[in-house]
Amino acid sequence: MLSVDIERGLRDFRLAASFEAGEGVTALFGRSGAGKTSVVNAIAGILRPDRGRIAISGETVFDSGQGIDVPTPKRRVGYVFQEGRLFPHLSVRQNLSYAGLFARGMPGSEFDRVVELLGLRDLLERRPGNLSGGEKQRVAIGRALLSSPRLLLLDEPLASLDAHRKSEVLQYIELIRDEVKVPIVYVSHAVEEVVRIADTVVLMSAGSVLAVGSAEDVMGRPDLRPGEGKFEGGAVIDARVVEQDIDHDLATLAFDGGTLTATNVDALIGEPVRVRIRARDVSIALDRPQRISIQNVLEGTVAEIGAGANGIVDVAIGVGAATLRSRVTRRAAEQLGLKKGLTVYALVKAVSLSRSA
Amino acid sequence: MGLAPEELEVLWLSLRVAFWSVLVSLPFAVAVAYLLARASFPGKALFDAVVHLPLVLPPVVVGFFLLLLFGRRGPLGEILEQWFGIVVAFRWTGAALAAGIMGFPLMVRAIRLSFETIDRKLEAAASTLGAGRVGVFLTITLPLALPGVITGVLLSFARSLGEFGATITFVSNIPGETRTLPLAIYTYTQTPAGDAAALRLSVIAVLLSLAALYVSEVLVRRAARRVAGEDAVG
Repeated sequence: MLSVDIERGLRDFRLAASFEAGEGVTALFGRSGAGKTSVVNAIAGILRPDRGRIAISGETVFDSGQGIDVPTPKRRVGYVFQEGRLFPHLSVRQNLSYAGLFARGMPGSEFDRVVELLGLRDLLERRPGNLSGGEKQRVAIGRALLSSPRLLLLDEPLASLDAHRKSEVLQYIELIRDEVKVPIVYVSHAVEEVVRIADTVVLMSAGSVLAVGSAEDVMGRPDLRPGEGKFEGGAVIDARVVEQDIDHDLATLAFDGGTLTATNVDALIGEPVRVRIRARDVSIALDRPQRISIQNVLEGTVAEIGAGANGIVDVAIGVGAATLRSRVTRRAAEQLGLKKGLTVYALVKAVSLSRSA
Repeated sequence: MGLAPEELEVLWLSLRVAFWSVLVSLPFAVAVAYLLARASFPGKALFDAVVHLPLVLPPVVVGFFLLLLFGRRGPLGEILEQWFGIVVAFRWTGAALAAGIMGFPLMVRAIRLSFETIDRKLEAAASTLGAGRVGVFLTITLPLALPGVITGVLLSFARSLGEFGATITFVSNIPGETRTLPLAIYTYTQTPAGDAAALRLSVIAVLLSLAALYVSEVLVRRAARRVAGEDAVG
């Protein structure tokens, strides 16, 4: 669907990114300044790489070797900017139908569908200046969707929103992902967002791609810690809601290897959810503990013990087909006599598990 | 305050001269302002200086050069007459030309400032939605520069109404043809018993200027609200 292989050298910053993205949501993940926005700008044709090739849906839109450089308006790429960039002199309705002025519009039925999907009906006659941050981003997403895009680029669309608005807009983005069949490239430095919505993750650091793979693989790798201290090693597990205990505000999630009890999961029974379990939230016991508050006791086998540093080791525990990670002191690992193949119990507090954690 | 027929004629002529001078110079001013705000080319500083010359030169000098260039035997005057059948020397059209040139730098400055304050990221956003260069200019850049365009138009209009030196040098002081408001006032002050008429026309000049400033203020406020993205009030 999208194929990127570009280089751009600036005096003190070199960008060299190469990856392929398929259906669904591809996250460009990495800390600020990793070059994520440069990559999406190159895809949109706003930034011109020195060398390389970019293809969208099989069409080459940039190829330095063949001298191809399709101008931005002709690339049919919907771009949602961090700050929304709504046109202040136009109403919400005019913003949404702007692409129609340039033969990039969509039929009225599609307009109505997007307006309903994003809940924009009551905003149509308003002007952008008086919209809240969340409303602005919803309009910006709608405007991009209504420009007949082959690809949707979202550049940190939640960055300027408060926590409440973040989760609201994220729900709309999930809705778009599920309802509109357009591949999405999602730029973010927030682990929670990436874990929650990405199918594929492209991990970037200092202008180059460190890893490309499924969200479980990339986000679960303990050695990849690009975030500003916020990203901690852990495991990412795809699960499905099997029970919602309304009385106790607890959800039971089934995954390949057992069930998990988690708090604060705003999903219906049957819905797929992805949880991230930080390594520091997982303890290890050799026997199944009795009379303990911990809600999640998962039997597994030690798959790997990391080299460790500063008195700390990371232990990978295979639970069914999933792999949990536990971060314990080296002394604890020695006291328990942890070694590969040993049967252990991974203990995870339910309160450390929530959908957004 | 009754006006004599020839005084009404003066007023009407002045408004006509100012109107046409603004209308004809506006597209050029927008183009020059856009160039100065956005383009970089060799000789830009010199070009900028030439555009601003009428602001600092004695108006008589501007009028004299116009006479040399646009007189019936001047190089540009001959072209205008032969190709377009337009004669500007000693005609009201010449007064409009002189007024337009004297007001030009004011118009360019106001519009250029507006172009420079536009967030260019909005233009990039428009291009991702399918707008080419011309489309971006017409739907984003120009509408967002509207407050500056209005300011420029009214400044230049007011400047045109008051133009004296370049006009009298270029097209002389012909009643009914080139005798605009300032020229008429000057003439009356040089005429015995002309004081009353001079006073009447001066009061009119004050009222016209006030009206222009007021209208400009109202329009600019309205346009500024619009480009700030606020909902229309009332």
